[in-house]
Amino acid sequence: MSTALVRYDRDRPRGLFGRLRGAMERWTLAQGGPDLEARLARLVAPQNEYGVDPFGLELDFTRAAIAPVLWLYRNYFRVQTHGIGHVPTGRAMLVSNHSGQLPLDAAMIALSLLVEAEPPRVARAMVEKWAPTLPFVAPFFARIGQVVGTPENCRRLLAAGETIMVFPEGVRGLNKTWDKRYQLQDFGSGFMRIALETQTPIVPVGVIGAEEQAPAFFDFKAAAKLLGFPALPITLTGIPLPLPVKYHLWFGEPLRFPGGGDDDDVELERKVREVKGRIQALVAEGLTQRRGIF
Amino acid sequence: MGLDRRAFPGAPKDLEVHHLDIRKRKVEEIFRRGDVKALIHMAIIHDPRLPQREHHSFNVLGTKAVLEFAARHGVRKVVVLSSASVYGPQPGNDNFLGEDSPLLGSQRFPEIRDLVEVDMYAQQYMWRHPEVETAILRPVHVVGPTVRNAPASYLRLPRPWTLAGFDPMVQLIHQEDVARAVALALKSGVRGVYNVVGPGELPLSAALRELGRTPVPVPHLIARPLLDKLFQYRLAGFPSAELDHLQFLCTVDGSRAERELGFRPAYTLRQTIRSVMGEEPPRVQVQG
Repeated sequence: MSTALVRYDRDRPRGLFGRLRGAMERWTLAQGGPDLEARLARLVAPQNEYGVDPFGLELDFTRAAIAPVLWLYRNYFRVQTHGIGHVPTGRAMLVSNHSGQLPLDAAMIALSLLVEAEPPRVARAMVEKWAPTLPFVAPFFARIGQVVGTPENCRRLLAAGETIMVFPEGVRGLNKTWDKRYQLQDFGSGFMRIALETQTPIVPVGVIGAEEQAPAFFDFKAAAKLLGFPALPITLTGIPLPLPVKYHLWFGEPLRFPGGGDDDDVELERKVREVKGRIQALVAEGLTQRRGIF
Repeated sequence: MGLDRRAFPGAPKDLEVHHLDIRKRKVEEIFRRGDVKALIHMAIIHDPRLPQREHHSFNVLGTKAVLEFAARHGVRKVVVLSSASVYGPQPGNDNFLGEDSPLLGSQRFPEIRDLVEVDMYAQQYMWRHPEVETAILRPVHVVGPTVRNAPASYLRLPRPWTLAGFDPMVQLIHQEDVARAVALALKSGVRGVYNVVGPGELPLSAALRELGRTPVPVPHLIARPLLDKLFQYRLAGFPSAELDHLQFLCTVDGSRAERELGFRPAYTLRQTIRSVMGEEPPRVQVQG
């Protein structure tokens, strides 16, 4: 009758999944050395007795899941950060350009905050409402702390002092074609209203590299509609496998906007344009300073 | 005083039980005697085996009838026990739905339309009868040793279905904690809609592990038609509408009840989950 709580046990992994998870966690730690272990130990989340926070973030799972991402970060994309010290310690909203067909830019920004920022933290991307309908992706995102980008979720996380990542271009940016690389697409303005309401500093981030990782020449819109996808870009490799481009993450100085959340649309748009301008400037600077795509 | 069309074996001695259908005029007789101070309306059924019309008639017409009797005969307090399922599990849901979130529960599945209708009717009633202090409670999935609703029955299955690749966060609440929330809502001055949340949220898989279950993952694309067929031939106890709860979030924010009713669950998360197996930790005193 009585079954002891069977949770993943680091010392005695059970089954195939448990062993895989144990191996992944060891891989994570093997890549980072003692410093990484100390950083991971400093992560705090209000966990209950089942090891999850109210949004479903499971730190134990995250430690294992980041292993391949960390490998990409260190060895494949060789991510270099610039000005990561600009990220404030308290609540913050990171706003960035978005590209690359697969949201690896988000993963790299998130990982930089985990392995390089002070204090280390699990950043939360505001993900598309499409994600919770995707099997395996949905629970994976939830366990590593990614949350559906509703305004209410965003407010709640900021109120709790969390770091949020926003990609106001959404899929317009993510799935853009090669000819539009490094051109910021239309920005949504929802993030700005919430930043004003909650008096949250906005950190502009310019990502260099992701825009060239999976060149797409054509967005197969008709097929996308049929499959229920937001877009279906056709890349050289068919599926959008990323090329080993070199990533640079440029963090700008935090922008603090006065006023509350009840600005009219014209004023709101002006502020959104200001953020967009800062990101465009970071991207331009990053492009002039880099030595090559790879 | 209890009012139910079913028998109530083991009813407390000091409870006067009437076996009546709440849609019947005889019920008004009870109100007419004039000593009803408060009405707790819990007679909202959700039995997928009942014919649609009977379901709808009992829930919607029953609610209308009994709430009207209450207003007509000077009852000062009405507590309606609705459910957090009225928000409906949706991929775009907030992780913590507030009381003013839209009630989309019936958007995909007309079967539960009447549960939403009952809640809406109660809200309307709250504004139409300001003289009656009305509280609408929307508890999350209620479980307990004697509860036989869909979530509790699901958790009792030794090999429950899950949807392959989905593992939403779920919230459960112990039946006695709900009873305590109802008691708190009876206090004078309490008026409005309240989500009632138990001791937190956890992944569905963790709840099943806690109970030692062996989940059977079924691809979601075939699960719905398959379950519909099984249900039709009485090989399954759940219609496919319930599968949404295994796929998407329908978790709510209970801070209003905590703030205004002073409600906090007495059972821990583990006790709440395990209560479906009939394990009963020491009874908690009902405060009211």
